This record gives sequence, structure tokens and C-alpha cells, in this order.
Amino acid sequence: MKSLVIKDLHANIGEREIIKGLSLEIECGKIHAIMGPNGSGKSTLSKVIAGHPDYTVTSGEVLMDGENILGMAPDERARKGIFLAFQYPMEVPGVTIANFLRAAVSARLPEGEELEATEYYQRLYEKMDLLEMDRSFTARSVNEGFSGGEKKRCEILQMAMLEPKYAILDETDSGLDIDALRIVSHGVNVLRSPDRGMLLITHYQRLLDYIVPDVIHVMVAGKIVMSGPKELALELESKGYDWLTEEEPAPAV
Amino acid sequence: MSDTKAELNLDRSVGDFSYPEHHAFDAGYGLTPDTINYIADVKGEPDWIREFRLKALDVFLSKPLPTHWATKDLETLEFEKIRYYLAHGQRPTRSWEEVPEDMKQTFERLGIPEQERKFLAGVEAQFDSEAVYSNIQKAIGEQGVIFTGSTEALIKYPEIFRKWFGKVIPTGDNKFSALNSAVFSGGSFIYVPPGVKVKHPLQAYFRINAENFGQFERTLIIADEGSELMYMEGCTAPKFETATLHSAVVELVALKGAKIQYVTVQNWSSNVFNLVTKRGVAHEDAEIKWIDCNIGSRLTMKYPGVVLKGRKARGEVISIALASNGQHQDTGAKMIHAADETTSNIVSKSISAGTGRATYRGQVHIPKHLKGCKNNTECDALLINPDSRTDTYPAVTVRGTGNATQHEASVSQISAEQIFYMQQRGLTEGQAMSLSVNGFVNDLVRQFPMEYSVELKRLIDLEMEGSVG
Ligand SMILES: Nc1ncnc2c1ncn2[C@@H]1O[C@H](COP(=O)(O)OP(=O)(O)OP(=O)(O)O)[C@@H](O)[C@H]1O
Ligand SMILES: [Mg+2]
Repeated sequence: MKSLVIKDLHANIGEREIIKGLSLEIECGKIHAIMGPNGSGKSTLSKVIAGHPDYTVTSGEVLMDGENILGMAPDERARKGIFLAFQYPMEVPGVTIANFLRAAVSARLPEGEELEATEYYQRLYEKMDLLEMDRSFTARSVNEGFSGGEKKRCEILQMAMLEPKYAILDETDSGLDIDALRIVSHGVNVLRSPDRGMLLITHYQRLLDYIVPDVIHVMVAGKIVMSGPKELALELESKGYDWLTEEEPAPAV
Repeated sequence: MSDTKAELNLDRSVGDFSYPEHHAFDAGYGLTPDTINYIADVKGEPDWIREFRLKALDVFLSKPLPTHWATKDLETLEFEKIRYYLAHGQRPTRSWEEVPEDMKQTFERLGIPEQERKFLAGVEAQFDSEAVYSNIQKAIGEQGVIFTGSTEALIKYPEIFRKWFGKVIPTGDNKFSALNSAVFSGGSFIYVPPGVKVKHPLQAYFRINAENFGQFERTLIIADEGSELMYMEGCTAPKFETATLHSAVVELVALKGAKIQYVTVQNWSSNVFNLVTKRGVAHEDAEIKWIDCNIGSRLTMKYPGVVLKGRKARGEVISIALASNGQHQDTGAKMIHAADETTSNIVSKSISAGTGRATYRGQVHIPKHLKGCKNNTECDALLINPDSRTDTYPAVTVRGTGNATQHEASVSQISAEQIFYMQQRGLTEGQAMSLSVNGFVNDLVRQFPMEYSVELKRLIDLEMEGSVG
């Protein structure tokens, strides 16, 4: 079966280990959610999967449909179908959303093929409508001067345009107001497909009311400590994370 | 007359190459009164020009190199090893096989027509643009516009030429303006009669190719009262150059209510010293705008200026400089306010990649007795690699209480996080880099004529691809 498999992954920043033997399988067509305390390594995991050069994988594997992607450059992984909606999206001064996405879409075309401009804009407008984004955004520089919520919406617009196989959404809900949360969630639900796997990282059960996951994982200190059905989120919301770490057996020295 | 056969060694970024060249006429190496007399003889010039040249030679020899403020790299210029005059139509040639692969690829990517490629690459001595040029001349000639070479002009239109020649930039302005005054040849002369608005941009490219490339070009443009014109110089294609020293002088005169836009795009090979003096005088209510893009060369020193001589005159300099590995772009602007209510605007953006170095050097002068003058200066620098370098020397002297100036400068770097973000969307590191750089200059590129801005974008792509590992 098609899936994104993370096998016993260990990753460092400098000398410090952040991901400490994490395993996870995101099947095509499924939505997984990860919850976990601040600093537990959720964003680090997403960046390691995307190939951020600051992190070193010391052991383990990340297989996309059976192929190990750890040796690939970030852009190659992206073109193969990995997408990351960033917790903190970067500004790209002077580069308009229209031009940026046009370059990104073109980068996925087979050699020698050119993007058809009218079709491209048609599709872009369609996705913007889905996310209830004003057309004037196409002419604005990527994320420059965007509000927190606008940035998150723009990440999902990019996802909609790039149609990834596996998408990781890192706290896409934080910064969104109630209406925006509903709109963006709707956008994500439209992108739900048997050919696409998704990993949602969030702190709030509320998001999971809108985008209902198949499985929920709890990540603590660089590892998945518990997995369960969507109801687990409710339990976490009321109990917090402490009980999980207390239940953990003392690490063998 | 020497029939020289010499070996030239060119220091191009990709590999060294050398080849024999043939000249039917030239003035030989070095610079003496004999060289000057030779040039004046060959060109059949009137005595006043010969005198002008000889005087300029004295000034050139007596002036020190401006290394006290500029770069010591100037000291590597060997004036005695330079050839100051190659006769009409004589350009060294080489075979297409000898043209470096990267240059061929660049032509391909820029979509330069076959015929022009050969010319630009130095395979053919001339590019036949005679037809284009004469069409332009015919169209504007009907309006009484004169558009010709400077040599032709000084013989055919002595009254207008002599009145303005050397007045905006006196011989002794700097060592290189003196050099140009001594040995100039080539360059354009334009006169636009009162009230005439030239519809299409006048392109030097076609005219100059129709004669030959001047190493010491001299351009003089006069826009008479209420007239308007746009002049375009250079092209984005890399040009094969055997001469290491290029030193042009460009003088503009905008009479009452006239408007001149002077657009330059230059992409020199990395062995070239490009030391240019450009200045305009704007009379009452006149406007002079320099739009300047400098790419390539070993060292470019160029500070287009406007003397705001009449009330309400306006001056503007919009410039983009791209300094790649081993290159130094020392560019900027000069605004000399000399009348009330004059305004000037300077927007400069530079990009330094690899070991490239970009320097902004500005001079804005508003004396105390003037009223209602305004200047705005913005200079932004972008550094691509850790060893890239940028310096800013704005030098703004504004006196008096009735005048205002605004100055902003910024230095930025494309962050690794920004590149990662773009790579995550599927762009290669090179693509991410060139998109970012294009984003940085985007607002200025839009001010260039359409065909230039498209080429500029492609050129930046090419340069950036080369600057990432
Ligand atoms: N580039 C870095 N340099 C130093 N430390 C880092 C770096 N990136 C991550 N860390 C550290 O790794 C740990 C995990 O960070 P990470 O951002 O992955 O947490 P998170 O689970 O996403 O937290 P949050 O819920 O607050 O977003 C933190 O202690 C963080 O300080
Ligand atoms: Mg995080």
C-alpha cells in the first residue's frame, strides 16, 4: 500500500537529539494528527521529513511509497510530493504569489512542457475562491505584510495548487479566527483524497472537529507515546499531557 | 600604418583563451600626441577638435588616478599597453568554434538572433543593422530630429555640436573624462527640435553596430525646449571584448520644459574596466532621468548625474548593479541642485554574489541660498554569499532650512530559511535564488522598457544559477 513511513527516526540539531526513535505510518487516503507539548519536536519532525539542512538524521528511515527520501534535496522531495505547511511561513519579498506559484507549478511539469497561462490563472482563482481569498492577493509578495491568519491561508492555497501526495500541516489552525478556521478546514477537507495522506500537527481539539482525523498520536520528547482514535483528542484536552509521561516506564540507563 | 598581429590574452570567467587578430588600421599601442594626431588625421577632423584632443591629453597625463577614494584596482591599468583607436569597421574576429560554450548557451537562453550572436561573439566584424538604422532615421528625420554618430555630427552640424560639446562634462572633470576627450570616437549625437516628442525610443544598438563598437564613446544629446525623447544604450547580451578599458562620456542637455530618459543596460565581460562619466543639465522645468543597469565587468565606475540648473527642474537616477565573482560595481548618482524648487530622486539597488562587491557612492548637493528643493535617496543592497560585499557612501549635503532630503539605506541577505521555504515548494536552490533576486529588483526592472525587462530577468536567472553550488 502507498504510504509515508517513518521508521525509528533519530535526528539532531547540532549535538542535541530532538527526534528520539520515532515511528509512524501515514497511509494514502488517511489523515493522522499529532498533538504534544511545546518543544516536543513536532515541527522538527516535519522539517526533517522535508529535508531542512539544519537537522541531521543519525539513524532511521523515511520511505515515501517505498522509496527512501532521506538522501534527496528538499526540492526533490517536494517535487516527488511532500508538502509542508509551515508553522511560521517565510516572507519572500518582491515575489508575488502568482509568480511564486507559477514557478512552483512549472517546476513539476515534465521537461520541455510549458505552463499554459490562462489555465494556470483559472485554477489559481478557483482555489482562491475555495479559500475565500481576495484576488488582489495574487499581486502581493508572498507572506510579506500578511497577518498571521492570512499566512496560514496562503499555505493551504499553495497546497491546493501543488497537489502533494503527502502533506504535513504544522499548526495551520493557530492564528486563524473562527470563520477562517472553518474556511481553511473546508479547503483542507476538499483536498482530502484517496491519493493523499495528511499529517496535522495541532494543539487544539477544535481543529479536529472540522478536519476529522483517522488516527491521533501523542508526541512527547521526540517520540510517539500513544496513538488512538479521534476521541483521544478530547481526553488530552481535559487531562493535558502530564499523565502520559508519568505512565511512561523509566528509561533504561 | 601598422598591420599588427598580436596575441591577446583575455581573462574571462570561464577559461583563458587567446587568438590572433588582424587590424588594417590602428593607432598602435600607447598614448602620445602622435596617437592623437593619427586619430584626427584618419577621421579628417577640423583643427578645433584636434586642439581639443591635444589639450585633453595634457590634462589626462597630469591628473592622478582617483585611487584616493576609489579602488586600487585601477592601478593595474597599463595605459601604455592599450590601443586607443581601431579604424572603422575593424574588429578582431575569431571562429564560432573558439567561442566559449557558456557564451553560446547564454545567447541561446536569451534568444539572440543567429546573425547577432556571431557579431556579439566577435565572429563577425559587423552586424548588418544598416536597414533598421536607416528606417529609424527616416521616421524621425521628418520631424527634424538628428540622430547620428558624434564624428559625423561634428563635421555636419558644427554650430549645434560645438555649442554644447564638452560643456556639461568639462575635459578636466576627472582623469577618464580627460582620456575620453583625447581619444574619443564613436557614440551618438542627437538633437531634438523644440516641441518634438519622439515616439519610439532611439536605440544606440542599431546605430553603433552599423559602424563599430567604440571603446571611447562620446555621446551628446540635446533636447530643445519642450521636446521629449528616450534613448537606449547597450543590450543584455554578453559582449565579446578584446579591449580591457572602456571609458565613455555622455552629455545630456534638456532645455526648458524638455524631457530626456536615458536607458542603459550593460553586460560586460569580466576583463573590462568600465569607467564612464555621464551627466545632464536640466534647465527650467526640464526633466532628466537615467535608468541604468550594470552587469559584469571587472570594475565599473559610473555615477550618472544631473545638474538642476533651472527652476523646477527634476532629476532622477534609477540604477541596478549586479556584481558577481571577482567583479566590482562602484556606481551611484550625483544631484547638483542649482535653482529653487528643484527635485531629485535616486533609487539604487545592488546585488553582490560570490566575491562580488557593490559600492554605492552618491552626491547630493543643495546649497543654502536655495528654497523648496527636495531630494529622496534610497539605496538597497542585497548580499548573496557570505563573502559578498557592499558599501554605501551617500554624501548628502543639504544646507538651508527651506530644503528637504530623505535618505534610506538597507542591506539585506537572502536567508537560508527563505531558500528552504522556496525549495520546499519544489524550486531548486538556483531557481529560489534567482526568483528572490528578481523579487528584490522587481520594482525597478518594471521601469525599463519591456524588452529590456524580460531580458534582464533571464539574465539574472543565468547569473544566479552560476552563483549557487
Ligand atoms: N534550529 C534549532 N536550533 C536550536 N534548537 C532547536 C532548533 N530547532 C528546534 N530546536 C529545539 O528543538 C526542540 C523541539 O522544537 P520544535 O520546534 O520541533 O517543537 P514543537 O513540538 O514544534 O513545539 P511547538 O508546539 O511549540 O511548536 C525545542 O526545544 C527547540 O528549542
Ligand atoms: Mg512547532
